[in-house]
Amino acid sequence: MRRPWLSVLAASAALLITAAPTLACGGLIGPNGAVNLLRTTTFAGYHDGIEHYVTSFEFAGGGGAFGSITPLPGVPTDVVRGGDWTLQRLIRETDPVDELAFRAADAAGSALAEAEVLLETTIDALDITILRGGGDEVGLWARNHGFRLPPDAPELLDFYADRSPIFMAAAFDADAAAARGQALGDGTPVHLTIPTDNPWVPLRILGLGKADGELVEADVYLLTDIRPALLPKAGVFAESDGLILDHSAAANETLLDDLRSDVGMEWVPDEAWLTKVVVQSEAGDLDFDLAIDASGTGKPSAVDAGYAPFGDQPAPQTPVALYLLVAAVLTIVVPVLLSRSSAMARRLRPLAGA
Amino acid sequence: MKLARRPWPAAVALLLVVTTAVGCAPTAQTVTITIHYSAFDPPGMTVPAGVPITFVLVNEDPIDHEWLIGEEPFHEAHRTGTHAGHDTVPTEVTVPALETVETTITFDEPGTLAYICHLPGHESFGMVGVLTVTG
Repeated sequence: MRRPWLSVLAASAALLITAAPTLACGGLIGPNGAVNLLRTTTFAGYHDGIEHYVTSFEFAGGGGAFGSITPLPGVPTDVVRGGDWTLQRLIRETDPVDELAFRAADAAGSALAEAEVLLETTIDALDITILRGGGDEVGLWARNHGFRLPPDAPELLDFYADRSPIFMAAAFDADAAAARGQALGDGTPVHLTIPTDNPWVPLRILGLGKADGELVEADVYLLTDIRPALLPKAGVFAESDGLILDHSAAANETLLDDLRSDVGMEWVPDEAWLTKVVVQSEAGDLDFDLAIDASGTGKPSAVDAGYAPFGDQPAPQTPVALYLLVAAVLTIVVPVLLSRSSAMARRLRPLAGA
Repeated sequence: MKLARRPWPAAVALLLVVTTAVGCAPTAQTVTITIHYSAFDPPGMTVPAGVPITFVLVNEDPIDHEWLIGEEPFHEAHRTGTHAGHDTVPTEVTVPALETVETTITFDEPGTLAYICHLPGHESFGMVGVLTVTG
């Protein structure tokens, strides 16, 4: 609650993995250490000091269980089944599909204490636990509850716990999903309501369990009252490699009406700004989070972005020096070229007239 | 009588022999290897052959690790092994999360060995160390 909002994307980490369910926001780690890369989609809306975080866990067949660990910016007051079309509607807004395709889709034991359990709930075949604790405590809880965390998890858990010691652990029982009659591709949306005063979106966690060179792909939708300021600035040359500002515009009335009509989405305001950030980065380069200033002051937090004080690198700066160099080059080179061009024209003119 | 009169030279000689023997005898050593953020610290060390070496393995991570030491064929077998845990062989140790485990090994011959965690993904993450055994 002390800060950021937006929650996260997330995750990965996991257990057994005889199952092949897909996680809305992260990759899975198999018994052999292999990671199945997945494109993830997450929605984080922020209005009246409340973050609404929606992600989906998709059943992809198989059996057994897997899980995910997601850092959160605050303690959720509610964790419920999300609406059925919020994510799909957002995707349609920014990546329109032709109507035919759309219709076709429609037819288809340690000395250290474990983390404190703040909330437990079950949504469909998902067992969700909200935890509070340091990296070791959360890691120990996960380990004692069957999660097989990858080797980069200890450092990553500390990275997040130092800023916000709240995590969501989700265990997906694929056998239970099959028993419930869930078909391949069926998703279970989860909607978390998190009071907080400023938003951030954990991105670095998306690389959990992945080799440095493996690609991380994710779509992050933000719905804020006003146009947000981001750090890193997605899409800015030389400042945010791996982040693409795919959409940034005032949300239209039709979209807001559609979102508002979904379950749990009545909070959607009459006017809002829709931002879509595409993450397309090698895991080794994704060493930051997405800090967001939705207050209008235009100053997203470097701490929220993971650059300070826990990061070992300075926040990226707009490459002013580079711009100055380019400007200087243009200032010098262009007149010279123009001058030479004029001189050549003068020399050629007599010939042309000969 | 002769001995009775001068008993101390023999005692001194015996003491010298014992002292010399003790001074030359290999002494047991204890070394500590800390595991933090899925990395061995130190990542390399040197120990003498023929001496019992007690390895104190301190796992500071909230996840389990392994410490398996041997030559390449040994590690190759473990890369594809299916052991859930190790607790009976001194060169194959499971170190549970946030716990400390000790194991004692005497290396008979000089050589170079590797100690590796063979849990999925841990070796490629960098959980590899080198032990040099000197003669």
